[in-house]
Amino acid sequence: MSTAAGTTADGGTAAPVLELRGATARFGSVAALSSVDLALRGGEVTCLLGENGSGKSTLVGVLSGMQRLTEGELLLDGRPARFRSPRQARAAGIATVWQDLAIAPLMSVWRNFFLGAEPTRGPWPLRRLDVARAQEVTRSAMAGVGVVGLDPDQPASALQAGERQSLAIARALHFGARVLVLDEPTAPMTVAQRALVLQSVVAAREAGLAVVFVTHSPQYAHLVGDRFVLLGGGRVAGDLTAEDVDVHDLTRLVAGGDELSRLTDALRTARPDH
Amino acid sequence: MTPDRLSYAAAAPVVRRSPGRRLLDRLLARPSIGALVGVGLVLLIFAPQAPGLLSTGGLATVLDVAAPLGIGGVAVALLLVAGQFDLSIGVVAVSSSLLTALLVTQLGLGTWPALVVSLVAALGVGAVNGLLVVFTELPSFLVTLATFLVLQGGSLAVASAVAGSSRVTGLADAPGWDSALAVFGATAQLGEGRFRISLVWWVLATALTSWLLWRTRFGSSVFATGGAGRAARELGVPVWRTTVLLFLGTASAGWLIGTLGLVRLGGVQVDPALGAEIEFIVVAVIGGCLLTGGYGSTVGAALGALLYGIAREGINLAGWDPRWFQSFLGFLLLVALLLNGVVRRRLGRVPLS
Repeated sequence: MSTAAGTTADGGTAAPVLELRGATARFGSVAALSSVDLALRGGEVTCLLGENGSGKSTLVGVLSGMQRLTEGELLLDGRPARFRSPRQARAAGIATVWQDLAIAPLMSVWRNFFLGAEPTRGPWPLRRLDVARAQEVTRSAMAGVGVVGLDPDQPASALQAGERQSLAIARALHFGARVLVLDEPTAPMTVAQRALVLQSVVAAREAGLAVVFVTHSPQYAHLVGDRFVLLGGGRVAGDLTAEDVDVHDLTRLVAGGDELSRLTDALRTARPDH
Repeated sequence: MTPDRLSYAAAAPVVRRSPGRRLLDRLLARPSIGALVGVGLVLLIFAPQAPGLLSTGGLATVLDVAAPLGIGGVAVALLLVAGQFDLSIGVVAVSSSLLTALLVTQLGLGTWPALVVSLVAALGVGAVNGLLVVFTELPSFLVTLATFLVLQGGSLAVASAVAGSSRVTGLADAPGWDSALAVFGATAQLGEGRFRISLVWWVLATALTSWLLWRTRFGSSVFATGGAGRAARELGVPVWRTTVLLFLGTASAGWLIGTLGLVRLGGVQVDPALGAEIEFIVVAVIGGCLLTGGYGSTVGAALGALLYGIAREGINLAGWDPRWFQSFLGFLLLVALLLNGVVRRRLGRVPLS
């Protein structure tokens, strides 16, 4: 059955925007990721599920340019790409909402919004921040995620927790032209904040972005996800579509270690290259 | 079956509290406000006791004391905002001017080539400091303390081995000395006060660093590097490059201080002391820099240097025992630290430029 949004119908055939092939990342002798294959397509929400230490954060790091691969390759529009810093990933249109939100509390809201990618004007020796434009863009981008009447000049520490989250999301939506990576914040969230996170995931999908949604919660994942990638021990333990599983199966798969490993074994036999 | 999927709807508006931006709040949010108030207070204390302080002569002395301290102070302030220390500015000043002097007197180099060589050497020291801090992730306090010890011992030993004493003089005959004197040693007589060109360098350094900090991409990187290193890295701010550049900045400030002294005295006397190194940091902290990084201003540091100059000259002119000065400075530092703590707590609810 396919009650899923139409965007996934051709999702399986469209060329991936961003693709990992045999991605392995080692810290010393410990492999945080080993031979992970992952294809992210525009207009598709891929949910990454897994326990703590399953390699989710490392995978987010790889996609957003923080973490370099020890082996394997990252393909952007089918061409091998190598991001030396998150700045390059962002320049390529891959924006991330980090788990810790990546907000500098002592800096103003507009400086936080543009940190690492500030708009400038003037020729080189006199190149300076375009403060007026930065403030204006910040104000309208924040209004776009529902925070209106914000003074972009106030320090980020003066924002409420929900507004801080909105800032991180608005920033990622502004810079993420191709791919949005959303690592669900660790801080506890109210229902309204969760709704904002999920709404931005859906909004990004509608806008044709490839979305990676990293979460602990299979319930929320199933609300928005087109594909579910289960990580375990740095490997892809399951790669399922919204048609394959309902929310109960998904919950069982994520929660139950036994079933997860049985599924993993079954998948390995079926697809030895995983 | 698949449950109903969430469709996109306009996000619920977040209720906002009233902005409440009052002038007082905005003033209190300026990092330099403490130093400005401090300058006022010190003037209030010393002006009645030492009437000569506000004459052109007294002012010239105050500014003469404050200028080199201010040049180092603004460079250290930038570094403090990025969350790092530099204890080696003073010793870079002494050893780079010693190098200039030896190149001129021993090797017969012209003044300008010697100055360029010593600037390159100073930048080398800054690069070593910066790269060590960045790659080893050791506290910069300790790294630059080591640099300080190495350079201090080295300067003393080299000076006595090559020149036979800790004093090198006789540069005034070197080619290019007159033009160097015009750039680094010019003075202007105004009333009974002789104002030195170091004042101009100090103002230039303050203006340049302030512009860099508040109005350039580099400045944003400096704030983020010190205030939220992890966030800075996650957003691709060049944390390492920023840190190394700032150490190059403090080293150049050291070279400039050394050169100003060298040209003024026509020689160099090697007697660096760790106390002088601390003074740059004291001035920056009085200027409102948080020792934890991420907050501060170079205008504040310049005001801190001015405050230092007024207090020292005021104690002299008021006829107090000059040994009280250090206690006074320590007291000021303590007040500044407490004030900065208050400011940091206030930052949670106060607008910031």
